[in-house]
Amino acid sequence: MSNIPETGRTRRVTIRLVVLQVLVLSLLATLGGRLWYLQIRNGQEYTAAASQNHIREVVEPAVRGEILDADGRVLAGNTTKLVVSVSRTALLQQKDGGKAVLARLAGVLGMSAQDVHDKVRLCNAQTPKPCWNGSPYQPIPVTTDATTQQAMQIMERREDFPGVTAQPTALRQYPAPSGANAAQVLGYLSPVTDEEVKNSQNRTGREKYQPADQIGRAGLESVYDDDLRGTTGVNRLEVDNLGRVIGSAGTTPAVPGNNVVTSIDSRVQSLVEKQLLGAMKDARKVWDTNSHSFYKADSGAAVVMDVHTGRIIAMASAPSYDPNLWVGGISAKDYRNLTEKKSNYPLLNRAIQGLSAPGSTFKVVSTSAAVQAGYSLNGHYLCSPAMVIGGRTFKNFEGESFGPITLEKALEVSCDTVFYGISYDQWLKDGGIKPKHPKDWFYKTAHQFGLGAKTGIDLPSEVAGRIPDRKWKQDYYNANHDAWCALKNSPKTDLATQIAKENCVDGYVMRAGDSVNYAIGQGDTLVTPIQMARVYSALANGGTLYQPALAKAVLGPDGKLVRDIKPVVNGRLPDSKQTLAYINQATAGVITEGTAAWKFTSAGWPQDKIQLHAKTGTAEVAGKQTTSWLDTYSDDYAVVMTISQGGTGSGGSGDAIRKIYEGLYGVKDGKVDPKLALLPKPQSSLPKFNPDGSAVVKTAYTTPADTFASPAGGALGGGFAGAAALPPYRNELWADPRQPRSLA
Amino acid sequence: MSGLSSSYRAVRLAPRRNTVQRLLHRDSPLRRMDWVLLLCALALSLGSSLLVWSATRNRTDLNHGDPEYFLLRHLVNLLIGLALFGAVIAIGHLRLRTAVPFLYVLSLLVLLSVLTPLGATINGNRNWIVLGGGFSIQPSEFAKVTIILGMAVLLSARVDAGERETPDHRTVLQALILAAIPMGIIMMMPDLGSVMVMVVIVLGVLLASGAPNRWVVGLISAGVGGAVAVWRLKLLSQYQIDRFAAFANPALDPAGVGYNTNQARIAIGSGGLLGKGLFHGTQTTGQFVPEQQTDFIFTVAGEELGFVGAGLILLLLGVVMWRACRIARQAGDLYGTVVAAGVVSWFAFQAFENVGMTLGIMPVAGLPLPFVSYGGSSMFAVWIGIGLLQSVRMQRPLSA
Repeated sequence: MSNIPETGRTRRVTIRLVVLQVLVLSLLATLGGRLWYLQIRNGQEYTAAASQNHIREVVEPAVRGEILDADGRVLAGNTTKLVVSVSRTALLQQKDGGKAVLARLAGVLGMSAQDVHDKVRLCNAQTPKPCWNGSPYQPIPVTTDATTQQAMQIMERREDFPGVTAQPTALRQYPAPSGANAAQVLGYLSPVTDEEVKNSQNRTGREKYQPADQIGRAGLESVYDDDLRGTTGVNRLEVDNLGRVIGSAGTTPAVPGNNVVTSIDSRVQSLVEKQLLGAMKDARKVWDTNSHSFYKADSGAAVVMDVHTGRIIAMASAPSYDPNLWVGGISAKDYRNLTEKKSNYPLLNRAIQGLSAPGSTFKVVSTSAAVQAGYSLNGHYLCSPAMVIGGRTFKNFEGESFGPITLEKALEVSCDTVFYGISYDQWLKDGGIKPKHPKDWFYKTAHQFGLGAKTGIDLPSEVAGRIPDRKWKQDYYNANHDAWCALKNSPKTDLATQIAKENCVDGYVMRAGDSVNYAIGQGDTLVTPIQMARVYSALANGGTLYQPALAKAVLGPDGKLVRDIKPVVNGRLPDSKQTLAYINQATAGVITEGTAAWKFTSAGWPQDKIQLHAKTGTAEVAGKQTTSWLDTYSDDYAVVMTISQGGTGSGGSGDAIRKIYEGLYGVKDGKVDPKLALLPKPQSSLPKFNPDGSAVVKTAYTTPADTFASPAGGALGGGFAGAAALPPYRNELWADPRQPRSLA
Repeated sequence: MSGLSSSYRAVRLAPRRNTVQRLLHRDSPLRRMDWVLLLCALALSLGSSLLVWSATRNRTDLNHGDPEYFLLRHLVNLLIGLALFGAVIAIGHLRLRTAVPFLYVLSLLVLLSVLTPLGATINGNRNWIVLGGGFSIQPSEFAKVTIILGMAVLLSARVDAGERETPDHRTVLQALILAAIPMGIIMMMPDLGSVMVMVVIVLGVLLASGAPNRWVVGLISAGVGGAVAVWRLKLLSQYQIDRFAAFANPALDPAGVGYNTNQARIAIGSGGLLGKGLFHGTQTTGQFVPEQQTDFIFTVAGEELGFVGAGLILLLLGVVMWRACRIARQAGDLYGTVVAAGVVSWFAFQAFENVGMTLGIMPVAGLPLPFVSYGGSSMFAVWIGIGLLQSVRMQRPLSA
């Protein structure tokens, strides 16, 4: 050992040991640095990740408030169903992504595996419906109508169905009381989208959406969504890696939504819907000599308005659909049936979205305009068979002529040439084609009657209609100038090309023909049934224009008043009392002697006991059959019905509207029987409520609406999927309306 | 050999006194023990029992309904480890040298038996022997010790005998073959983590033995070349490659290694400076980190004790390494130096690999954290390692 150092090591070994030590300690220093980086530098990020990891938010849906009719009958409520839902998160943890589970589930539920698969996939731009539009972390309902047996099968074999739950759940239900469908008025719900949840996060209270919320997408469900929805409860659960609950991190309880009481009377609603369908069906049996075919009567709308408040007693739109189709997610087939062209778009509420020229029902406006322009109510005006104005011949309806008549008579018999004459006279006074400070009484008056503007009814997507005044003409010209002038040198000589050539030159000019046509509600004028209902309500109530409204009050779940919704006055008609009385007399004459007499007094209406007023209208539509209008009112109600391609006003809707009044006032065989009356006066008070919050529905009116539900021409319109087709069990299911509450 | 024993005559010939006096005497071997090393190792082992407890007290699926099941077993393991430690000191690494051939052959036989029906597969690796009664051993842990001892005996023999200054090529080759045999068997289990540790041990041992540079460089080059060859020739299946790479990109194996990596990182990261408090870690209580009481024990410290607690573990490990390096440097002969350096390499790499994988800077491998992870074989082996270090320390020349 003489040749090695005392320590037994060479210098090389000593150096290498130092290197080893440096290496070892630098490895540990590396770990320390990395530890600092994770815990101190990025600690916050991981703290968030950890809490996201172990906190699961389970939302407890709030029971949605009910939409009630004026007597407290439930138009939109809730029912308890066994809902089978699937959690995507649990499915994705399966080896096969949950395919086997879904296939087993489809077997138990008697559905096809493809259907189940489609229902639980997430919606995106490429995915056709059905798909899940809601939050991917929320259980997705596969069926809302499971039997107890199916639920038992699933819950007893939990290991075979990871992520599948079967739970009694409160679901929206449109029970159609008295057969009232009111689909477009009520609207429907669908799950809130992730984007909507994100966008609502800086709002507070009920306006802030939770991932499981169902929100109103149309109708009253949409307008009063914040009242109805309630506040979703959130249960923050601490879970372990397998999702087992190991503790609670706080709970926000669900608060049930408020109820909305409407002015709808479901019995009247049902009656109106049936009469509208009946009228359309009857119209299809009438031969149209112009088009040489039966009337198509493809769609229609009817409104019953309380003339003293503007509240809607009934509002029907045809074609309609069953709003229950939306509950628990609409199927692809149903969605297609509601939206394709063939369906004729039953989702549209034609009472507020249906546009057509008002035809002769506009003449009450023209009469007021004439009075404002200085024409005497006592004067006589020539009702000739035709007038030649600006080189064009404007004919009376079917070439009738009555000689010199009063404006009253002109309204009664709906003489066009009287109004042509006055309008032409005015047009000349306003300066003709070179207007000088035009007074434009006819256009001004229409605006004063609330036409050409939205009425402000508490329903979404109302349309404004159109009054073709000078401003509109100019705007229209500016918009179409280039298209018209492109045809300037076209060799074609057809009517459209000719008009385009004319318009290119002076399309902005209000021509005599425009003014004349306008005065009888033809031409470019467009109105909605709700606008006309308001006009005729104002005639009935002494000239006040109310904002049409469906909701009367918002009530808490216990029935206590949360918010009263008072009638809102929008304006006044320009007419003096005298003018109004004059028009009222004229419109009463329409019932007794005029264009509607054959459907009213001649059909046994007791005009001496209950005075009705009416104005008929038959609006011409380019390329289509005429639109029928019948606008009527009593001292209490305005009833307006219009049918697209439905023929004449009185012919199309006369019987139907008379039957609606018969139902309202209890008229049978020409006699008034108060016991049969559905609603002789609009319901002014709010419904009473039981201590549990359910409404006390009056049963004073013992006669079922169906007494009046059979129009002379037979029962119900074919192919209608709404009220009439609703199976009777829907009402039985509603035996205990508060049942879902006990779940909350 | 005779020359070696003569250099320790001073110790052997100390005057005879009674036992207590003997143990406390200035010349006593106990006085020469590295107490800092011992206390740090003991602090790690004892402190880790809290972490094991926290990780397992809710694991009703594993702890047979007894929240202290793993805590008690961890402490029992530690006691057995301490007994083995005492035995190694009592025997001394020098006397153990004669038994090394026997221990080596024994460990080969036990390793081979793992591949027979006696072995059991746990977590995909067939590296266990179930002894019954809930006990099982992992022979690869002990193989690390026998590789160190075996190589040290071979490499130091001629140098310590004064015949050469450095081991000759033939001896180095013999030592490498000696290490390669158990590594080959372990590769077949397959327990790549243990093989990795053994490769590092071999490198450390060769370094410390003063083996010619070309061997060290050659071995490293061969390792790198081998890794490239494995990669290029696609000897590993895609799943193995993904598993390996998932530490850097958890998305490569989201349900397996990537999940572990991710959850471990969340656990440690969310601990912050002071941690969430013992038993209050949400990741730990919620059992989000798999294998948390064994391979991922460091995440418990990170989450519940924070940077302070986890940093303390690294600090204690650092002190252990530093003292072990010091022992290697101060050893009286090459045999002692090589043994100590082998143990340092073993502890250091295994600790780096284990903590590194929980921090997401090293690939995931099934390796326990020395002193801290729950597991008998590992605890026994590391305390045998500490025993060897202390033995080298105690039997160093008085002059040092």
